[in-house]
Amino acid sequence: MAAIEKNHDYHMVEPSPWPFVGSVAVLVMAMGAIFWMHHWTPWVFFIGLVGVLYTMFAWWSDVVKEANNGHDHTPVVQMHHRYGMMLFIASEVMFFVAWFWAYFDGFFRLDDVEQYARVAATGGAWPPMGVELFDPFHLPLFNTLILLTSGTTVTWAHHALLEGDRNGLKYGLWLTIGLGALFSVVQFIEYSHAGFSFTGDYYGGSFVMATGFHGFHVLIGTIFLAVCLIRAYRGDFTPQRHLGFEFAAWYWHFVDVVWLFLFASIYVWGSWGVAVH
Amino acid sequence: MTDTAHLEAHATGHDAHAHHEPTGWRRWLYSTNHKDIGIMYLVFAIVTGIIGGLLSGVMRMELQEPGIQIFHGLAAMVYGVEGAAALDAGKQLYNVFTTAHALIMVFFVVMPATMGGFANYFAPLMIGAPDTAFPRINNIAFWLLPPAFILLLMSLFFEGTAGTTGFGGGWTIYPPLATTGHPGPSLDFVILSLHIAGVSSILGAINLITTILNMRAPGMTLHKMPLFAWSVLVTAFLLLLALPVLAGAITMLLTDRNFGTSFFKPEEGGDPILFQHLFWFFGHPEVYIMILPGFGMISHIVATFSRKPVFGYMAMAYAMVAIGFVGFVVWAHHMYTTGLSLDVQRYFVAATMVIAVPTGVKIFSWIATMWGGSITFRTPILWAIGFIFLFTVGGVTGVVLANAGADRALHDTYYVVAHFHYVLSLGAVFSIFAGWYYWYPKIFGYMYSEFLGKLHFWTMFIGVNLIFFPQHFLGLSGMPRRYIDYPDAFALWNRVSSVGYYITFVAMVIFFYATWEASRKKRPAGDNPWGEGATTLEWTLSSPPPFHQFTTLPKIDSTNAH
Repeated sequence: MAAIEKNHDYHMVEPSPWPFVGSVAVLVMAMGAIFWMHHWTPWVFFIGLVGVLYTMFAWWSDVVKEANNGHDHTPVVQMHHRYGMMLFIASEVMFFVAWFWAYFDGFFRLDDVEQYARVAATGGAWPPMGVELFDPFHLPLFNTLILLTSGTTVTWAHHALLEGDRNGLKYGLWLTIGLGALFSVVQFIEYSHAGFSFTGDYYGGSFVMATGFHGFHVLIGTIFLAVCLIRAYRGDFTPQRHLGFEFAAWYWHFVDVVWLFLFASIYVWGSWGVAVH
Repeated sequence: MTDTAHLEAHATGHDAHAHHEPTGWRRWLYSTNHKDIGIMYLVFAIVTGIIGGLLSGVMRMELQEPGIQIFHGLAAMVYGVEGAAALDAGKQLYNVFTTAHALIMVFFVVMPATMGGFANYFAPLMIGAPDTAFPRINNIAFWLLPPAFILLLMSLFFEGTAGTTGFGGGWTIYPPLATTGHPGPSLDFVILSLHIAGVSSILGAINLITTILNMRAPGMTLHKMPLFAWSVLVTAFLLLLALPVLAGAITMLLTDRNFGTSFFKPEEGGDPILFQHLFWFFGHPEVYIMILPGFGMISHIVATFSRKPVFGYMAMAYAMVAIGFVGFVVWAHHMYTTGLSLDVQRYFVAATMVIAVPTGVKIFSWIATMWGGSITFRTPILWAIGFIFLFTVGGVTGVVLANAGADRALHDTYYVVAHFHYVLSLGAVFSIFAGWYYWYPKIFGYMYSEFLGKLHFWTMFIGVNLIFFPQHFLGLSGMPRRYIDYPDAFALWNRVSSVGYYITFVAMVIFFYATWEASRKKRPAGDNPWGEGATTLEWTLSSPPPFHQFTTLPKIDSTNAH
């Protein structure tokens, strides 16, 4: 299809199969998830998942091509992308609000006498009966330092990129990805030493779901940074134009900030003045 | 709007036709065109609206008389059970119908019609933009809805409680009915359906916010932006910030059901009221999500047919912002009977009442717009005036229900059912029909029949009032909602209510006939069938507008575009 003649700087996007293909894949994946959860077969889910991942790959490949062709991503279109990414992160923040809400519902309201069944199960005290909390200044503090350091290395990569120092960009990204992976490994080790159970226990469920969704976002952020690293090796990004990199950095900082809230409220405040292991 | 821009828009419109446009199925499935996507949303909302409307019809037929008339037979047919078992299964099936009706109407009719259809089609036109900011995201926001709807329909055919299919715990999906109460896979279909519909809405919201903030025509400041675009902007922010919380809540429900977590299980330290907090933190903004785009449309329609600019433009815009903002901090007025402390109840009473202030600003400004105007009573403004009247009735009963004391008696009665149907199925749906008749000539290029449009309005106005006004009486005299049967004392007003449904059904038949008639008769509408009162940018374009409009951006001068 010929490009539309236009006297403005907006990007008139060509028709694309990916939204429709992706939607079909999502349907397959959702049905597959239910079949799997009800012990029928996991395979439908994985077929859908492959479809979703392929759609993401193909769609974002198109976006990268448009970014590199020099005429689609005009300054106003770049501003669209900034708005879009900020709004996406805002919605992610609200998703985490739900998990913090669930945690604090336990933290503040375990001794609510009207909820006698709950009080009977938890003993009405903090930490809940049968729960051993982590020492926040052991592995959790170590992980906090890892994430904070990774925030500085991604800033190093950014400044190297701005200075035209391609090697600095790559080293900074390698380090950030490495620190992200290290965080995930440490988090996995921490889970394996938990003094509570994910199932059948309010504390365990709300702890693992809140920190687990954070861990999942660390994984997404690490992949996002890895894509930027591959693009850096391919020669993408200029000191003036590198939105893909900037968004990965924004996302990484968002994941970092969520962790600081998790660390402060669940690990430190939650264990304040109680026995830990 | 200046005449120059008018001419430019036309000239460039013809240019665009010279280029290749996608055709056939690719045009729709692979669409990156906001007007085509808007039309798909509208068609989708009509299809789902038929299904949601028919479900309520079976319910009204059942409630027409005391006793159980229909659902035990339906259950016997579907499940092959007899006698008392058929009665029990029938009661459950009735609740499955109420649940499906609500979920379909909220997520698959009203939201797609307003924020999908009209917002997609007209927000870019009104701000002078050639398309939305993220056309592919726009398309996936639409195409995620049919999968979500398919999952919701599938939920009806998978086991819920032992021996029955579908989820019958109400659209609020409270645990424990939504956990141990329905162990079968049915509710998992509902949960994933809502997840996908939520992703669709969040993506749509990101697209619309970016479009409105970043693609307004040169010279169109936020304070010159048409009120419909304002309403879409506020609504999109509500979607963006409320739906992720619902996603969290239903994820907890999913893991409680399938992975052994204890969020809502008191016997393992959980808290079922937590779900209600999370649900209504989403659910209350959700009711404004359904009504705010209607506010925007009504403002334009009232102004157009009164041939006056809308009264108090700035107050109208910021009233919507205020409603959106306060809408986030009133959620627990849905939960007065859950054992909230008295201080918490006092706060939520006061905060809820505050919303009446900006809402009053809107109602009185619409009246002030009509005041002294030379009103032509075409079909769209009939719907708009109907909207103002019905929404006010629903708003007033809302103020009644905002009182925690009064709500003790009225909670979960038909008074609540009457209240939210007055603001939604009469308020929001009337605004959708107002928008439909107002913009039908623009979207399709043909005029509807004025006679049929008015007949549709009056039939529906009588029908819906007959359905829902008597339900106030039923609620005040104590009839609870979500029951298949009731004592004989409630027979009269239930019968009246059911008769109202049949009249509304006739009104819908007239609607489809009017649409078919308009498509057959092909009366050309012209660029602007409404005359000097219609001042927004969409009326400067041809009807239907060119495939890509504003290839040269219109310039907004000092005259107000709104």
